[in-house]
Amino acid sequence: MLTMAMPKGRIFEEAVELLRNAGYQLPPEFDDSRKLIIDIEEENLRFILAKPMDVPTYVEHGVADVGIAGKDVMLEEERNVYEVLDLKISGCYLAVAGLSDGPIKGVAPKIATKYPNVASNYFRQQGEQVEIIKLNGSIELAPLIGLADRIVDIVSTGRTLTENGLMETAFIEPITSRFIVNPVSYRTKDAIIDDMVERLSAVVEGESADENR
Amino acid sequence: MTRPFVFEKPLGMRDTLPVLYDLKTSIREKIQRVTEGWGYRFMNTPTLEYYETVGEASAILDQQLFKLLDQRGNTLVLRPDMTAPIARVAASSLKNEPFPLRLAYDSNVFRAQEDEGGKPAEFEQIGVELIGDRTTSADAEVIALMAAVLEEAGLEDFQIAIGHVGFIQELFLSIVGNEERAAVLRRYLYEKNYVGYRQHVREMPLSTIDQKRLMALLTIRGDGSKLEEAIELLPNEAGERVLNELRTLLHTLKAYGVSDQVKFDFTLVSHMSYYTGVVFEGYANNLGVPLSNGGRYDELLERFDRPAQATGFGIRLDHLAEALGVTDHERLPNAIIFSPERREEAIQQASERRADGEKVVVQELSGITNLDAYSERFEDVTYLIGKSGKGM
Repeated sequence: MLTMAMPKGRIFEEAVELLRNAGYQLPPEFDDSRKLIIDIEEENLRFILAKPMDVPTYVEHGVADVGIAGKDVMLEEERNVYEVLDLKISGCYLAVAGLSDGPIKGVAPKIATKYPNVASNYFRQQGEQVEIIKLNGSIELAPLIGLADRIVDIVSTGRTLTENGLMETAFIEPITSRFIVNPVSYRTKDAIIDDMVERLSAVVEGESADENR
Repeated sequence: MTRPFVFEKPLGMRDTLPVLYDLKTSIREKIQRVTEGWGYRFMNTPTLEYYETVGEASAILDQQLFKLLDQRGNTLVLRPDMTAPIARVAASSLKNEPFPLRLAYDSNVFRAQEDEGGKPAEFEQIGVELIGDRTTSADAEVIALMAAVLEEAGLEDFQIAIGHVGFIQELFLSIVGNEERAAVLRRYLYEKNYVGYRQHVREMPLSTIDQKRLMALLTIRGDGSKLEEAIELLPNEAGERVLNELRTLLHTLKAYGVSDQVKFDFTLVSHMSYYTGVVFEGYANNLGVPLSNGGRYDELLERFDRPAQATGFGIRLDHLAEALGVTDHERLPNAIIFSPERREEAIQQASERRADGEKVVVQELSGITNLDAYSERFEDVTYLIGKSGKGM
């Protein structure tokens, strides 16, 4: 049996659709179940439903063999897992935003973010000295009420930023979801994982070919 | 930091309680017996080494080293692995011993603290080094010995993945031309980032054929038949040389009877930068982290002024113990519980039974607070209580 860690929330529906397109028979009640562990015996698969940020953790420790995780999470967590396939779903990007795009004033500019590791790496690469403040959500609030000068967050449409009077000041990098694999499972369950990768990549490449047409 | 609670240990440090200690001892004894049976001699090296010598040669990332200063201001490290210290010994204290040298170790090594559980900062490693032998027979010997050791320890289901650092290096150099660009590709493999690797390959100004060769590297894995596919990736002299080496390796492993557990995987790149040829990892099916790893390191001994080709492996005892599972079967000692009148008899009896190899605790009754709870901790209890016993 192969255990797959799935991210709850935003990415979940797209991930399930992708698996269905790849020929995995997932029952309809799969989509709105509240269970955290779902066994699909016909496919010899077990799904565990985790917080998106935790998916690479389950996979690294080997309690899940494979998982679906956003590149943002991979960058933040830096887990020891194989990033095998770009699933090209849930596209968005990491960006810096603020009230204006002028130079940051003050001695020690503050950056609010859910991604302290990503933010710190980015500003180090830019040669900028900043102080990071970790928040767990509603990051846009921070510059509005003076907690931080800038935020680092994922942007999909940019609507949340605009509605709160914020503007993007720098693009960091594009984000999509990735198929990730535990390093031991990658070798001990190679046949079943290779099959899954092949089926998923056929769907992914088929769809991107459609887009290019 | 706030003052630690009295029961706290430094981050990443673990106690080994009797149950686990028993299990580890039994594994350790089996492994040592097999290893000695293959003619390897066990040895120890100091826990502390100089940062400038062993610390830098060890190839463990700098931030993972425990560093401290001695009274003269030298930087010391808690040894992060055993391969570098043994290379040091082979090149100094044992420099007059003829090669090949077969050495083994069973020591605790240290990696600086990680915040998360399951990643101890100190762990026991058992391994061997076969120094001064460049033959493929030597590579096969250490892989076969590792398999023999895992089997003897009681692990029923395990697999060994074999890669070749030289193959990857030759492939990258033949396609991208220089070390700098090859290093970028190697880094993607080491980081296990295949998505980034593919993207990087697509963006490089290469012919379609070369791009395909680089992409195919990711998918060539499996049994011995995959070796023939690999030659298509690197159809030159270097490729032929590496593949001949791997064919011989597989052939030799068959002779040892361990070819069934073996798979080839050219993407296997260790974090240990000193590896130069065959590399391998051992896995248990029920464990999310590798049990053991090893490979050929032909350039490490140079750093200690006695150039020699070498190969070896190390097994993490904590991971092996976890894969085997802590048995409920505790081997408890027996007890003699006595009252003062029969003290001498108790001591006498215990010493006789100990001479027969039995484990015997001698305990005076009045020293026990809860007799029921206490006697449960023994396999068998003999009571020598009251006057009657003496002289009968």
